[in-house]
Amino acid sequence: MSRKRAAHNVVGRRLGKINSPDAVTGRTRYADDLTFPGMLHAKLVRSPHAHARIRGIDTERALALEGVHAIITGRDMPVRYGILPWTHDEYPLALTKALFVGDAVACVAAVDEATAQRAAELVEVDYEVLPAVLDPEAALAPEAVKVNERAKHGNVTKHVHLEFGDVERLLAGSAAVVEGTYDFHGTTHAAIEPHCAIGIWEPLGVLTVISATQVPHYLHRELARVLELPVDRVRVVQPPVGGAFGGKSEPFDLEFCVAKLAMVTGRPVKLLYTREEVFYAHRGRHPMHMHYRLGADAEGRLTACDARTLIDGGAYASFGLVTSYYSGQLVAAPLRLDAYRFDSTRVYTNKPACGPKRGHGSVQPRFAFEVTVDKLAERLDLDPLELRRRNLIQPGERTVNELLIRSIGFAECLDRVEAASGWKEKFRKLPFGRGVGVAGSFYITGTNYPIYPNDMPQSAVQLKLDRSGRVTVFSGVSEIGQGAESMLATVIGEELGAEPEAIRVVTGDTDLTPVDLGAYSSRVTLMAGNACLMAAREVAAKLRKAVARRWECTPRQVALLGGHAVLKRDTGTRVPLAQAIAWAEADFGTLGSVGHYNTPKDVHGDYRGGTIGASPAYSFTAHVAEVAVDVETGWVQVERIWVAHDAGKALNPVVVEGQMEGSAYMGFGEAIFEEHAFLESGLHAGPSLLDYRIPTSLDTPELVSLIVESSDPEGPYGAKEAGEGPLHPSIPAIANAIHDAVGIRLDTLPFTPAKVLAALRAPAPAEASRVEAR
Amino acid sequence: MSGNLTLTVNGDRIRISVPASRTLLELLRYDLGLTGSKQGCDKGDCGACTVLLDGRPVLSCITLAAEAEGSRVETVESLARGTELHPLQDSFVRRGAAQCGFCTPGMLMSAKALLDGNEPVTRDAVRHSLSGNLCRCTGYTKILDAVLDAAETAGAGNSAGNGAEPTGPGPEPAPKPEPETIR
Repeated sequence: MSRKRAAHNVVGRRLGKINSPDAVTGRTRYADDLTFPGMLHAKLVRSPHAHARIRGIDTERALALEGVHAIITGRDMPVRYGILPWTHDEYPLALTKALFVGDAVACVAAVDEATAQRAAELVEVDYEVLPAVLDPEAALAPEAVKVNERAKHGNVTKHVHLEFGDVERLLAGSAAVVEGTYDFHGTTHAAIEPHCAIGIWEPLGVLTVISATQVPHYLHRELARVLELPVDRVRVVQPPVGGAFGGKSEPFDLEFCVAKLAMVTGRPVKLLYTREEVFYAHRGRHPMHMHYRLGADAEGRLTACDARTLIDGGAYASFGLVTSYYSGQLVAAPLRLDAYRFDSTRVYTNKPACGPKRGHGSVQPRFAFEVTVDKLAERLDLDPLELRRRNLIQPGERTVNELLIRSIGFAECLDRVEAASGWKEKFRKLPFGRGVGVAGSFYITGTNYPIYPNDMPQSAVQLKLDRSGRVTVFSGVSEIGQGAESMLATVIGEELGAEPEAIRVVTGDTDLTPVDLGAYSSRVTLMAGNACLMAAREVAAKLRKAVARRWECTPRQVALLGGHAVLKRDTGTRVPLAQAIAWAEADFGTLGSVGHYNTPKDVHGDYRGGTIGASPAYSFTAHVAEVAVDVETGWVQVERIWVAHDAGKALNPVVVEGQMEGSAYMGFGEAIFEEHAFLESGLHAGPSLLDYRIPTSLDTPELVSLIVESSDPEGPYGAKEAGEGPLHPSIPAIANAIHDAVGIRLDTLPFTPAKVLAALRAPAPAEASRVEAR
Repeated sequence: MSGNLTLTVNGDRIRISVPASRTLLELLRYDLGLTGSKQGCDKGDCGACTVLLDGRPVLSCITLAAEAEGSRVETVESLARGTELHPLQDSFVRRGAAQCGFCTPGMLMSAKALLDGNEPVTRDAVRHSLSGNLCRCTGYTKILDAVLDAAETAGAGNSAGNGAEPTGPGPEPAPKPEPETIR
């Protein structure tokens, strides 16, 4: 924006979200709240074996049960799918092999849930049990059983090796090199709303699938492909989603099954996952085994980093190709590296597939990298905050892997957490058992490229205004709790001088709205926000022109403010927005506009894979965590986390803080509580919200949000993402705080009492000398 | 198998025949069309189904409908008076305490039980009262702030001085959010 803007109408104000009144009155209709006349209920039959060939499926007894309408198996939908077009490696229902405990092999539709469940138990599947491989190292062995037939080399989903600069030469010349091995355990999303979908088939040949998805557009495409229907005969409706966090960002078995069963029975069919099924559906954060070497010169300037990562993918590829790149690409900022090499291998195992969870692919390496930085600072006897300050990437600079950083507020993030936490008075100064730790990170504001190659816009909106004064925006964005609908209303309201509540928002319906690619990779505010700007400015110009004609002034002398058109030099001269709209409708005919956004293409390197990790803008975060470690029990109490996040511009600070706090909480849970673990049989170790412990209000630390605004030239009003970036530093900040508290390094997650006690009792390695120093 | 059940739901007297195995949550959602109460786990772990039974919060997914015989049930649908939001609802909106909103109905009912009771509404008391309601979005901070805010607004006389104030900057004081749907 060339012109300096006056104060904003709406942007930057602390407002409730426009859809919150529905949420607090219980009127929000989530997928499972919807019913249709004649609706059937479906249940999936799932494999009890981690790896088994399907010899045959006998549905006779199940079909004989009163109230059962239809049963489908893999043969009814023998088309491979997958969220990425390069890795179609799964079927809606397993065709020849079940690849993990919980892999769906058949689906029953019946008059009610209980009947469907009874029928599902009567489906007889003849399995030939095969050896299963659960460990990623074992899966790499030449003699290992092949998990997924689509793997090209052994059990490898994807191998990425990239090198920038001469890593070995720079490490050899470094004053200090820290080397370490880190293990990330694997965690899951655990949104409180279970997955749910409803299929509706109209006799004239239109399929509607209502689903709790965060990617209606991709679901739309895959439904058409797998069910072999023309794309224009498929409609996807996405009601408000009760939390997603990446766990609903690709098609699932249930969506294909309700569609097929609706087509077979001619009746609406609903399928709601049980909580246990949600754990097996998973697609959560990958376990990663990471080896890092990081060097610095004597002044603490980083030289080179060498990373080697083994990624446990589970049975299917999911987004794994992207995960493999992200595990390396997304640690190259905010600290400058002169040389960098990473080698990442994702392997198939007989477990539920991993996928994207908030901070996709980069939360794990961020843990390894930021703890390594902390160790390096200790080795060089530097404050870890100071070491980070000596390595800051500057605006306009490219990272070692050639990502263009246009705006960076990381220095201010460090200043803010340092001041707010009282870092100088606390670091290395608190009594034994208490400590503070710092960590930083960056994250993408949307992926620069869609997951299927095309040159069309990534996001588009339509705007409709009429003589009633009503303004409606139609957008394909997915409301999953992050405030996407409010964001649309904020940007449109800002441009038209209206309160967000005055803007009607229609989203989540592929028949009614233009395409948006979905609520993933933190892309919505920047991309759909820019599309709104384009559409709103076109209409605003018409409104100003129509008003100016009647006031005999120039359009530039007319402002849209506070629900009115106002004459700038005499603000007493004003008409309600509805009048301005009516005048414009008289002058220009029916009012409407469209807006779209596509990404800049000159922001990354042109090497193979250089587009993955590229984004129009990057957010930055710093955390300081304060912990108390009980040396008797090994319990780590995280008392407070200060979160400073560069969101470019907070369009609504209440919403941005909510994302920062929710992110920090989620990372904290992964550090201390959660583990998505499996028994040797391939059974989940605790597929319930009681056993897979997500933190309660009693467990969660006080979270302090500190918004930093660096104003990105590409973002709407300068805005960047806030939904995923703020999660990244949680885990390493806590790890580093534990070290400050009791002098131990925990390089394997989660930080359980058993691990703390074991580390406390182990002889201290030379570099972890803090305890001795006291 | 069917029993004749009489209870009061949100002030309405209800007579209904349901199977003995019917849970209170199923009764509310399937028989009465009150879908505000949510099913997040169906086994008493998440708290999204929390309703008040004679003023006390219960997990309706593991409470048999028969247990509500002769009782007074309150759900999230009972909180607002026409277009006027309950102070808890109002503060949840203004302070951003509802993100995806799925845990919100249960959260509100647990919070209402706290505010209606005699216990001083401190930040710790709120943490304890809501510890059976899982939220995956907010990190609880804005929920705690909203409940404390509502306790003050309601002037229940039981908000304790020390530690009762919400942390962090408050929302804009005006205008009051429009309770009608904007979707």
